[in-house]
Amino acid sequence: MTLLVTVFAAIICTILWYKRKNDEMRLGTLCFLFWGASLMWLGDAIFEYAELHEEFFTPAPADMLNDLYLGLSVVALAMILWLIILLIKDPKGAVRRALQKK
Amino acid sequence: MACFLVGAAEAIVVTVASKAIKASESKKELAVRSKGGEKAVDALREKQGIPWSRKLMWLAYLLWGGAFLLAYEHVWHGEVVPWFPFLTAMNDPGDTAEMLHEMSTVGVTMAVIVTVVWALLCVAADLILKRRANSPLENA
Repeated sequence: MTLLVTVFAAIICTILWYKRKNDEMRLGTLCFLFWGASLMWLGDAIFEYAELHEEFFTPAPADMLNDLYLGLSVVALAMILWLIILLIKDPKGAVRRALQKK
Repeated sequence: MACFLVGAAEAIVVTVASKAIKASESKKELAVRSKGGEKAVDALREKQGIPWSRKLMWLAYLLWGGAFLLAYEHVWHGEVVPWFPFLTAMNDPGDTAEMLHEMSTVGVTMAVIVTVVWALLCVAADLILKRRANSPLENA
């Protein structure tokens, strides 16, 4: 479930990145974050599938809920990290302008 | 248990390599600029396509992103703690052996998957650039 949530986040970010008019929002960073995590969880899922076989696709509801909660937390954390990078790099100069305002 | 450490280690190596290559690329551009001016630099960039330093930074971003979010997952599952030795598996020799085994299997597989996908991404990016350069609309 965590893998699925992260993959969906990666796909949505990639679509937004493709549709962007300029690189001011640094969406590429967010894409790399989500795709990197998705690929790594894919590796984890391969080993889990090798161990559990068809049981891999029928997780217990409690495990699924926990994994969903984890997946959503991961998305929130990645977005916080992206926001911090965006504010530090400040490609639009909005933070600088706000700080320079008298 | 600590599979993300393999990706994180690769990310450190790739980031350092990318910075070093970027420095050598800048030096090369500076030398070309002093000899042939801005036009020579543009010609060099066109000939080179996407610089290696940029491609390596893509890999670094993928690895750092993956390692960071996986580290959080390990905190979630209580495998990483904010006190020494930071990895709960380090408290027991049996768990440590299991952790090392997991790093050498799952961790290495994760790093290989990310690297292979990055390699495919680089090939695709080069092909897209080449296709754009050869397209009649681009040359018009």
